[in-house]
Amino acid sequence: MTAALQAQDLAKKYGRRWALRDCTLDIPAGRVVGLVGPNGAGKSTLLKLASGQLAPTSGTVTVLGGPPADPAQLSRIGFVAQDTPTYAGLTVADHLRLGARLNPRWDSALARERIDRLGLDPGRKAGRLSGGERAQLALTLGLAKRPELLILDEPVAALDPLARRDFLRGLMEATAEHELSVLLSSHLVSDLERTCDHLIVLTDSRVRLAGEVDELLATHHRLTGPRRDPGRLPADQHVVSARHTDRQSTLIVRTGGPILDPAWSVGRLTMEDLVLAYMEQAAPAPAPVPAARPALAVLR
Amino acid sequence: MEKSVIEFHLDSGSGVSPYQQLVRQVRHAMRLGLLREGDRLPTVKEVVAQLAINPNTVLKAYRELEHEKLVAARPGVGTFVTATLTDATLAAHGPLREELRHWLAKARRAGLDEESIEALFMTTFRNTAQEDVA
Repeated sequence: MTAALQAQDLAKKYGRRWALRDCTLDIPAGRVVGLVGPNGAGKSTLLKLASGQLAPTSGTVTVLGGPPADPAQLSRIGFVAQDTPTYAGLTVADHLRLGARLNPRWDSALARERIDRLGLDPGRKAGRLSGGERAQLALTLGLAKRPELLILDEPVAALDPLARRDFLRGLMEATAEHELSVLLSSHLVSDLERTCDHLIVLTDSRVRLAGEVDELLATHHRLTGPRRDPGRLPADQHVVSARHTDRQSTLIVRTGGPILDPAWSVGRLTMEDLVLAYMEQAAPAPAPVPAARPALAVLR
Repeated sequence: MEKSVIEFHLDSGSGVSPYQQLVRQVRHAMRLGLLREGDRLPTVKEVVAQLAINPNTVLKAYRELEHEKLVAARPGVGTFVTATLTDATLAAHGPLREELRHWLAKARRAGLDEESIEALFMTTFRNTAQEDVA
């Protein structure tokens, strides 16, 4: 089976700043992939590289088996940009006509049926739609293109909870119906918890974690117990984060095996716990005072 | 198409993965006799529309239930319950519940509050479960 997305040492530099680096990913087709990370972490850069809107500085990216900027590939990739933009002065029907003109594989029956079901008035200007309706219109355009991979950049960030749920429901129904692969970014884990079966955590321009959600959740554990040195855990337990008080240690570890030590209370992690653990790991340690380092070092 | 007998729900704070929650809800409904042999489970599309969840999650849950031989998929028709979970252990529940009540009363008399009882139960439960694994 062709991978939906493959990246090998993919990197993008703007001026002197790396927006993305050392990015190696292999995502099978048919998945719903959640890309999560703080603002400015490189999410949009990765999505633009994957949709052929940006060229890599180094490394390679292939989508559905080919380079994304290839014209033949472009018709197979759908892209819904940040905050689901539409043309304010054009009506709903204008948007559909535009979609039909611009896309060789346009499915006008699907577009009309979705607009009908949503109860959108075809004569209404997009600028007069609510945020949720505009997002649904943008999703309709993305779906009627009949892509094999649909990429969405923060599609629900600006929506209220109800509109957000409706949008994600529409997206999931389409995924079930058309067997498409989906790659969507969000800085809210709760949006991804139900919808994604694959997770990529991106912070500070690097991929910190990538994999199948169920497997990630099954192999990460929260251990709480009497204080101890994380360096003395069994070799197959990789410490993701460690906090200590005088008496107690709380660790998040990744391991394929069972936790046998009875001194630990073992807890499950939610997707949010998991994401936060990897984000914290990437964040700079809280102000360590450098002992014998010149003060100017901070300016490097 | 006839209406399916159960509706799923998801508890996002439980720490149990969504697909596991679906599997458990089916097993639970079977144990309670809410789902019986021949009943149809909601279709993948129905569950997706109702919960706004990933269709792969539903498929994975149904595959696991199939693997456990609790349900079977009939292509184009739906997924149907093919087993009964109520009979085997139900008879034992009454006496076990009685013993547990007795034990709980004893624990309270010894001065344990609800949290202590729960902690004692959970650590013992986990330790014996691990001994079984090891």
